[in-house]
Amino acid sequence: MSVLTAQKLTHYFDGLAAVSEFNLNLEPYELVGIIGPNGAGKTTIFNLITGVYKATHGSISFAGTEIVGKTPSTITALGIARTFQNIRLFKELSVLDNVRIAHYARVRYSPIEALLHIGRFLKEEEEIIGHSMDLLAFLKLDAYADEISRNLPYGLQRRLEIARALATRPKLLLLDEPAAGMNPNEVSQLMEFIKWIRKEFDLTILLIEHQMHLVMNICERLLVLDFGETIAEGLPRDIQKNPRVLEVYLGEVTC
Amino acid sequence: MQDFGPADPADLKARTTYWIPDQVGSGRDEQMINISPIKLFMERLETKRWLLPALLVFVFGLSLVIQQFELLDPYVQLIIMYVGINIILTLSLNLINGYMGEFSVGHAGFMAIGAYVASFLTVKVFPAHMAAWLFPAAVVAGGAAAGVVGLVVAFPSFKTRGDYLAIVTLAFGMIVKSVIENIDALGGPRGFLGMEKLSTLPWVFFWVLLSVWVIRNLIYSNFGRGVLSIREDEVASDLMSVNTNHVKVLAFTVSSFFAGIAGALFAHLLQFINPRAFDIIKSTDILIMVYLGGIGSIAGSVIGATVYTVLLEVLRPMGIWRMVFMPLVLVLLMIFRPKGIMGLREFRWFVPVRDMLASRLWREKKAGT
Amino acid sequence: MTYVLQQLLNALQVGSIYALIALGYTMVYGILTMINFAHGDLFMVGAFLCFVAAVSLHLPFVPVLLLSMIGVAFLGVVIERFAYKPLRQAPRVSAIITALGVGLFLENFTLALNPYPKQIPQLLENTTWTFFGLSISSLQAFVIILSLVLMWILDLIVRRTMVGMAMRAISWDKTVVPLMGVPVNLIISATFAIGTSLGGAAGVMYGLAYPVIDPYMGIMVGWKAFIAAVVGGIGNIRGAMIGGYILGAVEIMVVAFLPSTYRDFIAFVLLLVLLIFRPYGILGKPHPQKV
Repeated sequence: MSVLTAQKLTHYFDGLAAVSEFNLNLEPYELVGIIGPNGAGKTTIFNLITGVYKATHGSISFAGTEIVGKTPSTITALGIARTFQNIRLFKELSVLDNVRIAHYARVRYSPIEALLHIGRFLKEEEEIIGHSMDLLAFLKLDAYADEISRNLPYGLQRRLEIARALATRPKLLLLDEPAAGMNPNEVSQLMEFIKWIRKEFDLTILLIEHQMHLVMNICERLLVLDFGETIAEGLPRDIQKNPRVLEVYLGEVTC
Repeated sequence: MQDFGPADPADLKARTTYWIPDQVGSGRDEQMINISPIKLFMERLETKRWLLPALLVFVFGLSLVIQQFELLDPYVQLIIMYVGINIILTLSLNLINGYMGEFSVGHAGFMAIGAYVASFLTVKVFPAHMAAWLFPAAVVAGGAAAGVVGLVVAFPSFKTRGDYLAIVTLAFGMIVKSVIENIDALGGPRGFLGMEKLSTLPWVFFWVLLSVWVIRNLIYSNFGRGVLSIREDEVASDLMSVNTNHVKVLAFTVSSFFAGIAGALFAHLLQFINPRAFDIIKSTDILIMVYLGGIGSIAGSVIGATVYTVLLEVLRPMGIWRMVFMPLVLVLLMIFRPKGIMGLREFRWFVPVRDMLASRLWREKKAGT
Repeated sequence: MTYVLQQLLNALQVGSIYALIALGYTMVYGILTMINFAHGDLFMVGAFLCFVAAVSLHLPFVPVLLLSMIGVAFLGVVIERFAYKPLRQAPRVSAIITALGVGLFLENFTLALNPYPKQIPQLLENTTWTFFGLSISSLQAFVIILSLVLMWILDLIVRRTMVGMAMRAISWDKTVVPLMGVPVNLIISATFAIGTSLGGAAGVMYGLAYPVIDPYMGIMVGWKAFIAAVVGGIGNIRGAMIGGYILGAVEIMVVAFLPSTYRDFIAFVLLLVLLIFRPYGILGKPHPQKV
């Protein structure tokens, strides 16, 4: 069964179509990339999938359930997690707390048990700490557990954002420009990292990226967007040669 | 997996929120040798966390003794109880304004509800000779009534933030005052009286203790972390599975519940209440105590309430000039310390060990296995 | 029917005063995204300056008005420079608390200097004209006309002068404007000066219309004018004017038909309802959140 199916997804902002008739079908464990010039609607698609915006038209189905109209927290609890173009960590909170918060939906204890620290509270808190620290250790961030997240260097902040997303135990991970601001060496490491987490966490990954080196080398399939419309879809090596894509990125061919 | 970024925290300047005390003999002794004796004493003291509950029990006993044998001047007792009531108020508002980062400006409205409901019960509903025994029930009822209304006020907070929420809460405070003024059974603008002085040192101390304990529990729980995440980044919080609507409802309900408790205690201390006691000036007072003591801090709430109440009393001989002096102090404080005296920092004894030493305990467990 | 029209006339007077004060809030918010909660107290200072000028200095109306407006403008600039400027980078709430502190200071300082309410002498001739069964006093007409004139002047400044253009530019993008050579601090001071002087003028007119003044009069009026500014769309100058008149109309109409103790209650409920349907105020626009 497909993990995510978007059909004729369309979204208008005040009469302007940010996304038109977007279609996508993700099979389990795929690593698919969305590329295109700035303003093409890529992040809007992420926002539509995660419920930040309610799509004007069209449908999105995740593991068989229709998710258009659901709240972001519900959709995340169902198994879709994401990172952000501009890092949106909880800046004043520690690294550990950032990851712990992502466990919100998994908690079973009631507010009363929380107010009195009784019942299931103690056991579940231990589990949350254990799972969070294990995750941080797995991603080599455990040494920073008590550090305030805004003090971390940029690369580690990006890694923390991914750790936080993984803490929600997603089936589908959306990465929004994970390589932004990285030098080529870091990008190579990031490529390995993405392939590694896909294997370790059984993920399907959809990513937005501008760095062609990363996109061409790890994505199994690409979609190219321009002004909200999908102008090409296929294997990376075919997309590289697609004249329309080249035109959009490099300008019109005039020879 | 490849690394990217430095893996050694020694490369970073350590600027953590809590400083974690180490047990002596763990290898930090060399550092401790060069520390001043006072600092050494404080460090050793902090590991003895049982001192706090012991101290609280002692003070509670003391309050019973003082009340029974009238060991303190009634005026001093009055001030201490005012401080206690203000601590509850400040802490309850800090939950919304400090921890959750909202801007609620009508908190006195919840206080008013608690005050009037509890007073009505003890004066008009409970049989006179039973009033003292049923006092806790009246206080809880006041709190519950305020809590229910707080639940309702939470709903506008789902979609609005900042200035618009300020309007809603401001209007709410005004509406409560207006409604009370128009209900004759509650005395209308003339006020309501007849309450016995049922608020005593032990009772106030008990309620302060309960409110500090419950709110502290809430903060160091799943929902408390949700509250913090809303302050930091509400959109990201939603996307990390936090049900922000639930969290807001819970926070507003708990906050208004305790404000109602404070109101009930206030009414039975003063023995007379009128709508003007709960107007915008009162809400402003509570706001000042929150930001003076420090946002997002239990110790800050205690400090803010204590300093503000005591200072205002101590400066009474200055007459009206104390109300000129205090705001000036506040403005200076905001300029030099915008987050308040204890802004976002916490007194280590209030923090549960599990939260404070989470990573260290986990490492020790891993090392042990 | 004449009763309703008569009340509408009264509403115009009350609304004019609210509108002038609301303008001060909205101008400061537009340029600094900060709510100057001391503004209501600056309105009160305007009324007291009017008293001092009229009683101690025996000045006629026009100098009194100018003196009050300039005095309040000066005070506003000083407050901005010493209390608000250091907090431009601080969390917004700290600035708001500072504003509350400044307001408290002004209230109690005035109270310390003037323990008893003061009465403003009649500075203008007050004749009443009647037509078609409606009566309007010359004072009312004067208040309305003067307010409209001041608002018109403000509109001209904002839309037609360089200072006004700079103000609007800063309200849209504060970081880029200094790079264009605009003296931002000067413009901010000018904004405070203009906005608070309008509040001062409102204080003078209020003092003439309701001659007994006391140091705490600015609190309720200030908060209500703030609500009016938000209802109109905070940051929007036309919105502040509209909001002020709506508040005035609602208040007067409520008192006209219901017991006066319901006035504030109904006014706030109606304004809340309005905010429910237009969450950003009548002329306000939501800040789009980029995710």
